Amino acid sequence: MIAAASLPTARAWLRGLALYLTLIAIACVLVLPFYWMIATAFKTSAEIYAPQLVWVPSTLTLDNFRKALAAAPFGLYARNTLLVAGVITATTLFFCALAGYAFGRMRFWGRETLFTLLILAMVLPGEVTLIPRFLIARHFPLFGGNNLLGQGGTGLIDSFAGIILPQLMSVFGVFLLRQFFRTLPNDLEDAARIDGASEWGIFWRVMLPLAKPALATLGIFTFTGIWDEFVWPLVILNDPEKYMVQLGLSVFFSEHAVDWGPLMAASTLISVPVILVFLVGQRFIVKGIATTGLKG
Amino acid sequence: MTTLIHKAIAAPRSRRLPPRTRHALWAYLFIAPLLLYFVVWIALPVLAAFALSFTNYDTAHAAWVGLSNYRAALTRPEVRQALVNTIQFGVELIPLNMAIALGLALLVDRQLRGIALFRTAYYLPVLTSLVVAGIVWTALYDLRTGPINALLRLVGLPPQQWLKDPALALHAVVLVRVWKGVGYNMMVFLAGLQTIPQTLYEAAMIDGANAWQRFRHVTWPMLRPTTFYIFVLACISAFQVFGEIYVMTKGGPAGATKTLIYLIYEQAFQYTNMGYASALAFVLFLIVGALAIFNLVWLSRRVDYER
Repeated sequence: MIAAASLPTARAWLRGLALYLTLIAIACVLVLPFYWMIATAFKTSAEIYAPQLVWVPSTLTLDNFRKALAAAPFGLYARNTLLVAGVITATTLFFCALAGYAFGRMRFWGRETLFTLLILAMVLPGEVTLIPRFLIARHFPLFGGNNLLGQGGTGLIDSFAGIILPQLMSVFGVFLLRQFFRTLPNDLEDAARIDGASEWGIFWRVMLPLAKPALATLGIFTFTGIWDEFVWPLVILNDPEKYMVQLGLSVFFSEHAVDWGPLMAASTLISVPVILVFLVGQRFIVKGIATTGLKG
Repeated sequence: MTTLIHKAIAAPRSRRLPPRTRHALWAYLFIAPLLLYFVVWIALPVLAAFALSFTNYDTAHAAWVGLSNYRAALTRPEVRQALVNTIQFGVELIPLNMAIALGLALLVDRQLRGIALFRTAYYLPVLTSLVVAGIVWTALYDLRTGPINALLRLVGLPPQQWLKDPALALHAVVLVRVWKGVGYNMMVFLAGLQTIPQTLYEAAMIDGANAWQRFRHVTWPMLRPTTFYIFVLACISAFQVFGEIYVMTKGGPAGATKTLIYLIYEQAFQYTNMGYASALAFVLFLIVGALAIFNLVWLSRRVDYER
């Protein structure tokens, strides 16, 4: 009796052990690059370039961080990026909520046609329009010394406006919030309408507060997206005073090719904010992936 | 009561328009910023890219050159090379990424102590930026100081110049993309798995289906919409690989990692051949568009059919 009962338990126990070992092995492989980045950032250069590879640093040093911050103004890059990402996140939330609400809950002529057009635009690779967007930025009227016809100056080149305006909002954001607003019940809206609330009042006081989870999701995606943005700043910014973090890091990499210590220190510092945002807002991100992934 | 009075006061102004029209006008006001944004930064650029592709614009002069940019795009060997590289990139990346992502999703789709920690760990690579991923993997691939070659030496294999060997560079960059991308698709698959009703599995168990049969006849067909969605996005994004190539190889060695996007960037912003680059961008646009339409029409029909 006892032997018969303990055999399946032993088998279940072994199966559980195998499962955990698999999970841990995969985690080790996927996390290894992170570990290498952080470990190298804290290693002495003797250990980084040692003929025998050092997996675990014997002493931890902050030298690499000091060197990285002395070699390039990463604090300035971070401030630039925070400013730009903050503005873009705010405008994206506001404008995408407006449009997403209209597409999700309001009735107007041409709604479905316009929405289909938006979906098509979402599939369009951004790189296809990189060149004309650059030209529009350069010839943007009344910016950077340009006249009304966009001639005579440098337009949005080398300005934060040049990063912000083309990303003032996103088609993805409109889509995400439209999906969310559609799921809200009609009762509250009807009640507000009977109370004589204006269309604006219904949107701003009734619906928008209900959309907080979806707004949090979009806010996290937008902020981390701008923090990680590389191609557009590369095209628009030449002035090192205006660099954003990723561009600054890539220039630092091209100038300090295999100086791994400071490179890994800078990479670590730049990765921290996004990881923190993820850990704090994890549930919103998972929800966002599920919403856009399944109802799309 | 107060609202009634409020309404009575507001009445003369609002009486002019029926409520339905007023509602629609508000809606147009709500989408007005989006429309303006859409015209300036999406529609206008697409039209401009099309117009530019028929000129030899180099930021100083522009002249109409007819179809010669497209003729160049179809005949120059650099374009064919870039196209081959791009397709190979996609052919390696998409199946590998999807298979691993599905495997991981199946693995973490269970109630287990500490499973949330593993999901987070598997998602962690998604959180690195392309630039950081590119730099860190360059360090991992380093001939002398990198751990990948150290592991090779450990098992008695010769170390490799991963990013400097034309035969290896593309695969090395694909691997970075796989590492960075599987976590996201794992989450999408996981969300899809969790919508499959448990009763289907219970019914299959009663019918005596084993684990493989349950996967083949319940999970796989039920997961089709998710798989389809991931496949479409993966196809589109495989054509947009730029950041890590810019950081890791600059399209080299000997053009081995020069994808279509990289060629477009190089032509437009390093050689200022904006017209030619626009023609290339349009060729890319047509390929991606055709692929997206093919996917939507052909595969979505199959998705519906099999349900």
